[in-house]
Amino acid sequence: MSWLPKSPKARRRLWVVMAVAPVLALAVGLSLYAMRDSVTFFFSPSEATADKAPAGRVVRLGGLVEAGSVVRDGTGQVAFVVTDNVATTRVIYRGDLPDLFREGQGVVAQGAFLPDRSFRATQVLAKHDENYMPREVAERLKAKGEWRPADGKPAS
Amino acid sequence: MIVETGAFALILAFALAALQTGLATAGRLRRSRVLAGAAEGAALAAALAVAVAFAALIFAFVVSDFSVANVAANSHTDKPMLYKVAGAWGSHEGSLVLWCLVLTGFGAVLARARNLPFGLKTSAVATQGLLGVLFLAFAVFTSSPFARLNPAPFQGASLNPLLQDPALAFHPPLLYAGYVGFSVCFSLAVAALIEGRANSAFWPAWGRWVRPWALASWAFLTVGITLGAFWAYYELGWGGWWFWDPVENASFMPWLAGAALLHSAVVTERRGALAGWTTFLALLAFTFSMLGAFLVRSGVLTSVHAFAVDPQRGMMLLAILGVTAGAAFALFAWRAPRLKGGGMFAPVSREGALVLNNLFLTAACATVLLGTLYPLILEAANGSTISVGPPYFALTFVPLMAVAFIILPAGPLLAWKRGDLKGVTQRLVVAAGLAVLLALLGWLMFEPRKALSAAGIGLGAWLILGTLAETAERTRLFRASLAETLRRARGLPLGAWGTTLAHAGLGVFVLGAVVETGYRVEAARPLAVGEAIKAGKWTVRLDEVRIIEGPNYLAEQGRLTVTLRSGAAPREVTAERRFFPAGGQTTTEVGLDFRGLDDVYVVLGERGRTEAGAPAWNVRVWWNPWARLIFLGPAIMALGGVLSLMDRRLRLAVGKRRAAP
Repeated sequence: MSWLPKSPKARRRLWVVMAVAPVLALAVGLSLYAMRDSVTFFFSPSEATADKAPAGRVVRLGGLVEAGSVVRDGTGQVAFVVTDNVATTRVIYRGDLPDLFREGQGVVAQGAFLPDRSFRATQVLAKHDENYMPREVAERLKAKGEWRPADGKPAS
Repeated sequence: MIVETGAFALILAFALAALQTGLATAGRLRRSRVLAGAAEGAALAAALAVAVAFAALIFAFVVSDFSVANVAANSHTDKPMLYKVAGAWGSHEGSLVLWCLVLTGFGAVLARARNLPFGLKTSAVATQGLLGVLFLAFAVFTSSPFARLNPAPFQGASLNPLLQDPALAFHPPLLYAGYVGFSVCFSLAVAALIEGRANSAFWPAWGRWVRPWALASWAFLTVGITLGAFWAYYELGWGGWWFWDPVENASFMPWLAGAALLHSAVVTERRGALAGWTTFLALLAFTFSMLGAFLVRSGVLTSVHAFAVDPQRGMMLLAILGVTAGAAFALFAWRAPRLKGGGMFAPVSREGALVLNNLFLTAACATVLLGTLYPLILEAANGSTISVGPPYFALTFVPLMAVAFIILPAGPLLAWKRGDLKGVTQRLVVAAGLAVLLALLGWLMFEPRKALSAAGIGLGAWLILGTLAETAERTRLFRASLAETLRRARGLPLGAWGTTLAHAGLGVFVLGAVVETGYRVEAARPLAVGEAIKAGKWTVRLDEVRIIEGPNYLAEQGRLTVTLRSGAAPREVTAERRFFPAGGQTTTEVGLDFRGLDDVYVVLGERGRTEAGAPAWNVRVWWNPWARLIFLGPAIMALGGVLSLMDRRLRLAVGKRRAAP
């Protein structure tokens, strides 16, 4: 193989480059490809307009669970209203709500908007901490001047 | 009084760590063995002081001294004793003291190591002291767990009930032993950058010194992460064991870097090659540990696990991370080009295979890092808030690791310096054939559509069989007489058995993870008493729900019977929904029915009503096939790490280390 460099040192370097390059290319390629599809954007109800969060696209919706809005229909389906005190969105969810889900508290729901602009959640997230307010929710509320830290705490 | 002693001991430890750094630096500069010895004494004293502080904190928790703010915030008189003690490391402040205890404790063991050359050891002791100074200052000045409350409340706010679990009581100490164990590798790497010489016998010796620390930390971290995953599996009640959550990734990145480090340290030890790279990985592993601490404690990332979220403390941690990692990597950039370890090697050789291993591990680690930090980067760049979910990691991390696993069994079969690829292929052909056969079998038997899962089964089988083929080769199994095989097996060094166990354990884990993920069955429906739900071949009937009273909670306890579809093999499980009045919080206690390697996983949900008006409970059932292997595999891997650690070749190098406290 005459095209290989003569010095053993340069030869080893060439081997290293030949091994490293495809693995790095694979890693970078996979990362870029995966980033396109599996990144989920976060909206509050007033931001989730039809052009930003079109029906069917998986997004995260965050805000406060409106007091008195939780309706359980007995078959395991739950409906509740998420608000950022500017706009509201009705959320439908089938399944167990997390243990820390409470009216008046912050919540993040993952799912997609339906054509009628209600939201079908596939996952409702909660945290381990009972004083938890999802960071995004807290920031959105702060930005809108609607931040009342007492809201995020349980009645006890 | 005892609490004040603890607070004082913590401050004393800070002063002693500063003294350790100063004495060691002076001792190194003046080449004074007296000063260096004094620095080692200071390291020992600092560890003892932190131990006293930690004991005082545990004492405050045990006697429920609510005049201590941290105890009031995290404990309660009703809590069982185990969780009173575990509460000491259940909060940000307490866990930071634990961090410092491991840091100074390992520092003391390093100070007692007998066989390190003077310069290297003194520099490492100084570096370890400096790390102690930084973290103890953080603990003393911003996060003291001994702050008093006046007036003292009558009752505490209790530890978060989700954390009141045996697995989670032992998870932080083990995890921290792993995280912070890498600090010694970090210190040894910094010392090597200061003291190292090019092309000498220095690097093989250094590889031998750094490897036990990397092995021990990695084994601790393996057990710690597995316990955490097991806790998430049965305590959260979500049916999964790994969520690619930022906090989980934060513990996984040091593990990956540590795994790369202990492999590349072998090359440095045996061949003196890759000296710069091994040093780099030693710095990287602890940097990832500190990055993890920052991510978990600062609240910059939204995570289901984050605790003690405080941006100001986050800034302090970021400063510590920036200073230590920045300085260390600057030192690396300056010194490493002059520290050629030498040692040429051919691409097809044991060293070559280990380089490939490192390549894949670091590339995989980089994709995890990118996925974890990308939301931060994007938010800083254009303000949009995103989350990167499991699909990203399934598309990046998993394929990279899959390719690495295909190559893995060939590695240990290759000889040092110049391997014989043809011979290796011949030796592995049986294992490969069997693995392909098993993959086909899995494809036919389970579901023909799940080709990827079947490939995963083949991969897991390949890892186990390929690894065992290597041991069979070395013991001449079936080729020589049984006595000869046994004689050879006894003659194999413990390190070789460690490698075999760790690699086979990885295969066991892959099998479990693939089968559990690919073939699990989930079912959910509201059940009245006497009704049943089906999940795959299992039927789960709700027999009774009653209210029970625990030590610090009230619970709805469901008794359920798990049977096969035909009604055979009945077994009873209990699942609970616990309400903790102290925090006003509800948690789920999963009912687990162990069926061989499989789990039938039962969650009792909220109480509702059937259409007829009778009470009904949302019952969710998972059939998780081979779930046992997911947790068994890492345990085998950690055992492999411990076996390697006990290898005489390493023990000789470490000398009397084990005798230290």
